[in-house]
Formats: sequence, structure tokens, C-alpha cells
Amino acid sequence: MPGKTSRARSAAAIDWPAAIHRVLKAQRVRQVSYVPDAGHKRLIDLCHADKHMAVVRLTTEEEGIGMAAGAWLGGERAVLLMQSSGVGNCVNAFTLAANCKFPLLMLITMRGEEGELNPWQIPMGQATPETLRLGGVRTFRLDRAADARATVGMAARLAFEGCAAVAVTISQRLIGIKSFREKR
Amino acid sequence: MSASLHRREVVKALLEDRGGLLVVAGLGSAAWDCAAAGDHPLTFPLWGAMGSACMMGLGLALAQPKRRVLVVTGDGEMLMGLGSLATIGALRPENLAVVVLDNERYGETGMQKAHTGYGVDLAAVARACGFADARIIHKNIQVGSLRSSVHRGGGPLFFQVKVKAETPPLVLPPRDGAHLNRRFREALLG
Repeated sequence: MPGKTSRARSAAAIDWPAAIHRVLKAQRVRQVSYVPDAGHKRLIDLCHADKHMAVVRLTTEEEGIGMAAGAWLGGERAVLLMQSSGVGNCVNAFTLAANCKFPLLMLITMRGEEGELNPWQIPMGQATPETLRLGGVRTFRLDRAADARATVGMAARLAFEGCAAVAVTISQRLIGIKSFREKR
Repeated sequence: MSASLHRREVVKALLEDRGGLLVVAGLGSAAWDCAAAGDHPLTFPLWGAMGSACMMGLGLALAQPKRRVLVVTGDGEMLMGLGSLATIGALRPENLAVVVLDNERYGETGMQKAHTGYGVDLAAVARACGFADARIIHKNIQVGSLRSSVHRGGGPLFFQVKVKAETPPLVLPPRDGAHLNRRFREALLG
């Protein structure tokens, strides 16, 4: 027990979703779209509670790429939240960033990494870094709660000031492993 | 019922004297139709990212709540992004209208018949998703009210316009996406 809870406690000690939310506010992100993931639960709640953010539920992740492009045309900044299983859905839409120089900021919680208990999550999880690279997306990895502000801040500046496609992949070690024993 | 409307005439009627209307055009024939009506900095024609037109319209509508936003696209492009109707329906932006030019074909790839040619009713999908108004337009006499709804109506609105399966002369918009992005933002935001 101590080993399991100490990791949870150290992650909780730094409220990294709140740190990310503060970065998004400082970067004037006004549109937040997502396909939910347990790892993004707190950030999604914080965004819903923020009256300066329009929060949009998507049916599939690539919708968020079109939406971010439309937001930019209208003078607003957007962020797309998803888990790594959704990255493959986005590939064809990456052309909006590649051809049109639309900024694209994606925060991706990882599945299929060390400790994953569902083998069906492994193929897309393992293919995620290469898929992003082949899609022309600059990717930064977030392993430690303490780095959330700096890493997401850098990614957001690169996306919005450099008009680039940028992803932050949030490691499964940071968000915790889905146990299939949780009661809700 | 065989369609009698010509796609170019419908789009021309929608985009004439367009005022402050912001337009996203889905890839293929719908983009060519908008170009034929007159290239305009506040029209963003897509050359790829099939299925994204409605979601671009949504992002734009949220960013510019005081402007009317029109998505013009084809039935094939709409079918690829069918989920976006649910996304829009859950949010109900009042300044967004979607016009689907439905020739029941994939016009750019050899006129293969699409799902819409087998009874798939996109307007019914939009209505079920919560669009404020969703209708099929068949007749020329309905185009005037279609235009006034797009320009002045509430929203979100969805119009499935049954058009002839024809191939009008190609009129291509600019292809440089970065240019299209920049000119749109300059025209809108200064």
C-alpha cells in the first residue's frame, strides 16, 4: 500500500491540472474541446467552471482540430484535450496545421504505457509518438507534475506564437494507471 | 423526386450581397461553387481535412458571436463529419447555419452514389441533434427564404439542398492555405 499511495500523494501535492489551467488562462485560450479521459477529469472540470472558456464536447478527436482552426480564423485560441487513443483519429486533419499554419495545441494523456492493464490500449498508445511526428506535430513529454507549468507554457507559446502544431503527451505514470477496480 | 436546383445558382443566391457573412466551404465542389460566386477573403475554402467544415464553422461561430457564420458543403463531406452535428446540437450556437449541397454523389471522385441517394436524411439527423431548424430544400421558390434564414435567422440551422448531379466548369479558389488563413484574419480582425 505505501508504494501505491505515495505516488498518488506526490502527484496530488502538486495540482498539475490546475497549473495547466492557469497556463491556458495566461495564454488567453478561450475555446477548449475534448473527448474525455479520466486523466483529464480535473482539467475538464476546471475549464467548465471557467466562464471565460467555451468548452465543447466532441464526438471524435479530429473535430477539435477543425474547431481550433475556426477559432483562430475568428481571432481566438483553442486547446484540444484527448487521450492517446484519439491521436490516430486526427491524422488527416493535421493537414490544417501543415498547410494553413493554423496553431494547434493538444494535451494528450497517455494510455498503453508502462503499467497499462488493458492490452487493447497498447497499439495506439505505443504508436502515438511516431504518429504525431509523422503528422508534423512537435511533441513534448510531461512526466513530472512539477514540470506542468513550464512544459505546457512552452508548448502553448510555440503553438500560438510560432503557428505550429504542438502536443504535450502526459505520461501514464503521472496520471496513474486505470485499475478497473474503481467504483463510481 | 428528381432534383431541379442548380448548385451554382443556389450558392450565388446565398453569397450575393453577403454583408458581414463569414463562410467556410467544404472541400471539392462546394468550394468551387463558392469560388464561382466570387472569391472573397471572408470565405475559407477547404482543400482537404474532409469532414471538418462544420467544426471549423463552429469554432468561428464561437469566436465571433456577433457575426453570422455559414458552412457550405457537400453531402459526402457532411457524412464524414456526421458526429459534428451532435457536437453542434449539444451547444446550439445561434449564429451558425449549415447548407449541404446534396447531389447524392461523390462528385470529385467519379460521381459514385452516396448514402443520401439511398434515403439517408441528413436534415432529420440535424433535427434529432437539436438544430433549431433543419429542412430539405427542393424547389427554387424556397431559395429566397433559405437565403433570409442564413443571413438573419437564429440557429443553429441546417438546410439539405437537393441539387442536380451536374459538373459545372471548375472555378478554383486560392490553394495556399497559409494565404487563405492570413487574408481571412486580416479582413476580419484587421
